[in-house]
Amino acid sequence: MYYDVILSGFGGQGILLIGDILAQAAMMEDRHVTWMPAYGVEMRGGAANCTVVISSETIGSPLADRPCGLVSMSKPSLLKFQDKIKKGGLLVVNTSFVEEDLLTRDDLETICLPASELAFQEVGQHKMANMVVLGAFLAASSVVDFKTVEAALESLFQEEKQKLIPPMIQALHCGINYREKQEV
Amino acid sequence: MRERIMMRGSVALAEGALMAGCHYYFGYPITPQNDIPEYFSQRLPQQGGIFIQAESEVASINMLLGAAAAGARAMSSSSGPGISLMQEGLSYMAGSELPGLVVNITRIGPGLGGIAPSQGDYWQATRGGGHGDYRLIVLAPNSVQEMYDLTIKAFELSDKYRNPAMILGDAILGQMKEPVRLSDPKIQHLDKPWALRGARGRGPQLIKSLYLKDGEMEKHNWHLQEKYRKLQDADTLVEAELEDAMDILVVSFGSCSRIVQSAVRLARGKGIRVGMIRPISLFPFPGKTIYEATQTVKKVLTVEMNTGQMWDDVRLSLSPGCQARLMARPGGGIPSPLEILEEIENFVKAGDHVAKSVC
Repeated sequence: MYYDVILSGFGGQGILLIGDILAQAAMMEDRHVTWMPAYGVEMRGGAANCTVVISSETIGSPLADRPCGLVSMSKPSLLKFQDKIKKGGLLVVNTSFVEEDLLTRDDLETICLPASELAFQEVGQHKMANMVVLGAFLAASSVVDFKTVEAALESLFQEEKQKLIPPMIQALHCGINYREKQEV
Repeated sequence: MRERIMMRGSVALAEGALMAGCHYYFGYPITPQNDIPEYFSQRLPQQGGIFIQAESEVASINMLLGAAAAGARAMSSSSGPGISLMQEGLSYMAGSELPGLVVNITRIGPGLGGIAPSQGDYWQATRGGGHGDYRLIVLAPNSVQEMYDLTIKAFELSDKYRNPAMILGDAILGQMKEPVRLSDPKIQHLDKPWALRGARGRGPQLIKSLYLKDGEMEKHNWHLQEKYRKLQDADTLVEAELEDAMDILVVSFGSCSRIVQSAVRLARGKGIRVGMIRPISLFPFPGKTIYEATQTVKKVLTVEMNTGQMWDDVRLSLSPGCQARLMARPGGGIPSPLEILEEIENFVKAGDHVAKSVC
């Protein structure tokens, strides 16, 4: 198997973090995996993105020209990356920050979800929007198992940070459920 | 076997240095290598080591020279312009036969340039870089695992040959995270009777690079060359993936070789017989491996993220009658696997009318 995804948005939205979580889970499933952040003269509120490649074989390029998936949590990131997605690929858009009329591709599976509102309604915290989006992405791509993602959270968040895990899992499931309802 | 840990390249490199017994770091901040000093500033004091943010790169390299003269495993790191500032010190270290590691997480040059991935410092790294007739031992990792493994190797080779070593990486290798096993190999530590640690119980010793007597300097230069010859014979590192009846051979190093690997897989999927050679030690350069491979395969494509620097070494290594082509992307340009695939396909299709390179 081979799957590459670009996770993108604003600095501060936890974009690189959901990349870390996804990569950690992939490693725990004994996959080959690379996590590559975009590196520029960036700042809080500026553009942030990372590319995660997951494969059953050793990985060549850690970059993605024609990614299988794009997670977009900001308008500039959608405009920058939506044309690159592979035909038939997956697009997950946080409509709390992106207007749906900016979507130009009709050859993709597209999930639009107001992740920030959902995170606030279900978990009480806007900032869990990244986990909601990750949940929807995982439900649609099946690239790693939810259970492994939960185990990845256990290994990434230790000591005083452990208290973040339950709301993160709650937000993750909020995204999973949103995708599954859409499916029906 | 140790478990796999998801780790950033810069951090894996620092862990490799600690595993090798390096307890001294001297450096001055510059992007994109800052993760290395940041990590050391926290880890070295925990290990009873010394971390110094020096007042400049010139000071850093001379602190490294001093630590090496006292027999310590020590290192520095920088990027592009900072490495340029260190060249005088590196030349002194090579002349004084002092080991030590300098890491270059390159910037794009020339000048202040930029911070995107680039391989434009190949010539500077492999030709010595400073004044005089010397070389550095230059290792070029292409994965986070190799950032760890080759750092250990660089310290060992540096001590073995009493010559400064360099790890040549870029922002891709520094920033990327991959699973890595922090193996605990048996680390080679050699006695350093030449080190200056106080003269109690022995006669005075001098470490210097100044030789003014008639013929002394020529003799010293030949001695250095003899070391480089031994290094070439015993410790050249290369990864070669060759097959029978190859249509084409692709040569690439460092981060760029990862992208080439993707392209080579695509090409093989299309039935093209592609061989790949990845120099891991850039000095000593694995010219012999290229020479032997090109006795059968006659089309050689070099792909690198500069205007064609390793290409010089590749062309010097070819068997007679080869056609050599270069795919070059300088200034932060990164070729895509599909672009490289196209280059491979075009080259394979091209007949013998293509101008043969001088080789």
